[in-house]
Amino acid sequence: MERIPILKMGDFLIVTIQVDMHDRLALALQDDLTTKISATNAKGVLIDISSLEIVDSFIGRMLSNISGMARILDAQTVLTGMQPAVAITLVELGLSLPGIRTALNVERGMSLLRASLAESDDATSEDDVDASHEM
Amino acid sequence: MPLTKCETLAIRAEADVVLVRQAVRKLAIEQGFGLVEQTKIVTAASEIARNTLDYGGGGEAVLECHTDGIRKGLRLVFSDQGPGIKDIGQAMRDGFTTGGGLGHGLGGAKRLVEEFDIVSAPGSGTRVTLVRWK
Repeated sequence: MERIPILKMGDFLIVTIQVDMHDRLALALQDDLTTKISATNAKGVLIDISSLEIVDSFIGRMLSNISGMARILDAQTVLTGMQPAVAITLVELGLSLPGIRTALNVERGMSLLRASLAESDDATSEDDVDASHEM
Repeated sequence: MPLTKCETLAIRAEADVVLVRQAVRKLAIEQGFGLVEQTKIVTAASEIARNTLDYGGGGEAVLECHTDGIRKGLRLVFSDQGPGIKDIGQAMRDGFTTGGGLGHGLGGAKRLVEEFDIVSAPGSGTRVTLVRWK
């Protein structure tokens, strides 16, 4: 069966959706990504949709699901490159993708993921310091 | 409202929903729709085509190009012989779904087009008509 490739780069997974997805392909991507986050201990997922010409309610739900599942598996998701016409249509359709972080392009998306990883590393080391004070 | 072009596509499998999207996109471009208008009508068609497949058990889409004076438009008719809809008002409301979706399909598709019509009754299938003018 046709599959959308998932690339690993350091702590992050990168997906670019470049085909007009039918529903089963979208569901397969959702499953593959969740499995891969857990298998690779990825801390972030970047999904680039700059070549997607539409996002309807099904694909919107798939993107929300991926973001939610990734969060539970301790990974951040950022969606990049949405075309303006797609954004206008999505909001009119009634979907505003709550809880999904977005960036205008892959470059900004990567810096967003790196920043959030650095932040969570800081938080962890501060916790360690607090713990040592209490001892 | 003179009809200038018409094609019929069967909706029997998920791949057909993709084909409907592509055919609607092509006609919208031919009719001179702008990018946002194209995206809206293609998205609305995608929602309704999926309903035809998932809830209606498959059916067909009739895609028509119309010219009304200087106006050009698209009229899309999706029909199935499925179980039909008992309460159309409820089905149109955002957040209502009997399937696995978010319940934005019908109401959302209506917001994306200029004319929307749905005819359905239990046991006699469903027909949804979408019209958008340039």
